[in-house]
Amino acid sequence: MAEARAVLLGTDGIERLVGLLAGRGYRTLGPVVADGAIVPGPVNSSADLPRGVHDDQSPGSYRLSRDDDPSLFAWAVGPRSWKAELFPPGAVVFRTSGTGSEVQVVPVLDDAAPVAFVGARPCELAALGILDRVLGASEHPDPLYSARRAAAFVAVVECARPAPTCFCTSMGTGPAAGAGFDLALTELVGDGGHRFIARAGSSVGDSVLAELGGRPVPPAAWDERAELLERSEAAMSRRLDTDGLAALLARNLEHPRWDDVAERCLSCGNCTLVCPTCFCSALDDVSDLSGATERRRRWDSCFDLGYSEVHGGPVRSSTRSRYRQWATHKLSTWFDQFQTAGCVGCGRCITWCPVGIDITEEAAAIRASDGETVRKDGQA
Amino acid sequence: MIEAIAELVADHPLFRGLPADVAELVAGCARNEAFATDELLIAEGAPAEKFHLLRRGRVALEIRKPGSGQLVVETLGPDELLGLSWLFGSKRWHTDARALEPVGTVAVDAECLLRKAEADPVFGYALMKRVAPVMLSRLQATRLRLLDLYGHGADNS
Amino acid sequence: MAPTTADGAVATADGRADGTSLWPLPYRVAWRRRETADVVTVALEPVGAAAAPYRAGQFHMLTAFGVGEVAISVSGTPGTPGPIEHTIRDVGAVSHALGHAPVGALLGLRGPFGTDWGVDDLADRDVLVIAGGIGLAPLRGAIHQLSQRRGTGSLTVLVGARDPDQLVFTADMEQWRARGATVLCTVDAAAPGWRGEVGIVTTLLTRLALAPERTVALLCGPEVMMRFAAADLVDLGLHPDRIRVSLERNMQCGAGICGHCQLGPLLLCRDGPVLPYGGTVAALLGQQER
Repeated sequence: MAEARAVLLGTDGIERLVGLLAGRGYRTLGPVVADGAIVPGPVNSSADLPRGVHDDQSPGSYRLSRDDDPSLFAWAVGPRSWKAELFPPGAVVFRTSGTGSEVQVVPVLDDAAPVAFVGARPCELAALGILDRVLGASEHPDPLYSARRAAAFVAVVECARPAPTCFCTSMGTGPAAGAGFDLALTELVGDGGHRFIARAGSSVGDSVLAELGGRPVPPAAWDERAELLERSEAAMSRRLDTDGLAALLARNLEHPRWDDVAERCLSCGNCTLVCPTCFCSALDDVSDLSGATERRRRWDSCFDLGYSEVHGGPVRSSTRSRYRQWATHKLSTWFDQFQTAGCVGCGRCITWCPVGIDITEEAAAIRASDGETVRKDGQA
Repeated sequence: MIEAIAELVADHPLFRGLPADVAELVAGCARNEAFATDELLIAEGAPAEKFHLLRRGRVALEIRKPGSGQLVVETLGPDELLGLSWLFGSKRWHTDARALEPVGTVAVDAECLLRKAEADPVFGYALMKRVAPVMLSRLQATRLRLLDLYGHGADNS
Repeated sequence: MAPTTADGAVATADGRADGTSLWPLPYRVAWRRRETADVVTVALEPVGAAAAPYRAGQFHMLTAFGVGEVAISVSGTPGTPGPIEHTIRDVGAVSHALGHAPVGALLGLRGPFGTDWGVDDLADRDVLVIAGGIGLAPLRGAIHQLSQRRGTGSLTVLVGARDPDQLVFTADMEQWRARGATVLCTVDAAAPGWRGEVGIVTTLLTRLALAPERTVALLCGPEVMMRFAAADLVDLGLHPDRIRVSLERNMQCGAGICGHCQLGPLLLCRDGPVLPYGGTVAALLGQQER
């Protein structure tokens, strides 16, 4: 542990952090309670943070509860990932004016202020790392994402209260924050009082830490953090066995389990909307009566029938093929395409599936009968 | 004459590699024929009395379609077998076969050949093993065309 | 904040596109040529900055402003001065608008994207081209280049179409023949008077004297046609890695970042469209995606 780059903060430290980020010109977003869920929202003071609010999650279910716990970050993950701030659900790519031989293309430039995330989870940080590879490291990178991401400040908060739907330990993305953050916070509420360990993970993080002040982290606080992370890991009841998983799914594309899950799946696309790594987008051109046009980009979902449309119809017309596309992409073909998994184990797709389909359970079912295939009629 | 025909038979892909005595059995039922451009080699509805081992020139299989005149449904060329209806069933031709250019064939008398096949099942089986794959590949090619690949296929839209 | 990457490659500081980002470059329709009842070749010249040079087999994303954008392979020949040719079949709103854009109209162009036919490696190979329908368009530039190469390899072009009226580039075929290529056309059905072949394009394979060990095959057309043609070529002794196919899925971004063109482990706009048939691709085409 690079203790020189870590300090112990009191609860006022969070207030100072929020003010300091605003002073540096960031638009600061943190977890706020809205519409019965904890979602990213503007944070102007630590009073905006969800003190004593907890999320109770299970497949197909999400509820908030409150008690007198002083913790600000004693919850797991909400339905909206931070992805939306860097890769907006909808954006105008360019506009045109004029018609016929006089068309002018006007690229739409992003003028949003740099964004600071306070309270992202380690799994979400890992998700940003995946999007960096997909959207940022392409031969033709996404300009909007790349610009916003390069300017973003990420303060991650380690997990003290994983949900029953979480499986980040299986994916190696949590509950501790390893690297890739500007600042990592650990919220401590033990006998020593309500404090935060703050660690810097970048040069920007260093300078923010230096301005924050605080005091050296005593060994007891490090011990408390270690115990907290140990408890979180132990509380992580859900598992995804990743041993040889990509190859397992690649060789089981005709497994009867895909028919089984297709009987339950509504093909609604909720899982892709809540997923912090789903990156698919569609381009739509629209015009008005003056002849001005614009191209809009919006999130798309592989569960949408039009997603795989080619001349002649959709390539994946059945729910079976679309669920299989989604699950095998996350856990198998993502490795081929981007040399990383497409899943960070945040469990959102399990919680927010209206019928509680659990990707870990589906993968386990296929592993349990590896090689089984649907009976096919003989071919003439 | 028979000897020369036997060589032509043995040299045709349909019978290539068969023992010389088999080629001679076929040659005993065969003779050379020649057709001018546009001449019919076989006619729809006519008895399927002989088939042709095509040696040179190309042939179009045509079906009459009211309103459209003749429609070419397949073309065949040198080294191919023209005529399958002599084997089974009604033994009547299902299409016309028209010479697209001067055509030379070895024409084989079907009844003569089938008589030898009945009398000599080893020869008959060898004959079937050569004709059946031609039928299979024509069937498969026809199935592919049923897909109307280029009409509504997904190609470079 | 200007949407630039660290190395500034995506756009200039004032946001002008270089043609590979999400912003199209304006191109003007220089001329149009009708190929068949529903196929038009449109030649485009840059209004300002030009896109990077293309290689045969690559594609551009073409925009009909206000209507939409589609992937269209270049049908012209790399290195040829003058406008860039794209041959477009009218199958939907965007391809209709592109094909009907009058001379002088402005269209948007992004790219070039994707992999190419790799004709530079083929000097001394026998090359067998199999095209179905409009699939001849992405091969046209490669055939032009191959028909003019200095080398010992032969060139054979097999073309399948629905009927004789649907055949494209028949004038080019005469040129290819004049340069020593064998060009055979076959259609699904024809009226008498058609002097070419009638039958599926794969049946023409049996009429060729193929030297499998020195042949490379380039395939483009309906996926079913390519699947059966490739299988037949393997039966004839061609190594699957020496069969190259051009695959199509829903391509929207061209950059491998929108997800639509996935085929199992492949992002076809990035890893394709031209891929060796061997290994992964043969397995993928054999799978039921539906």
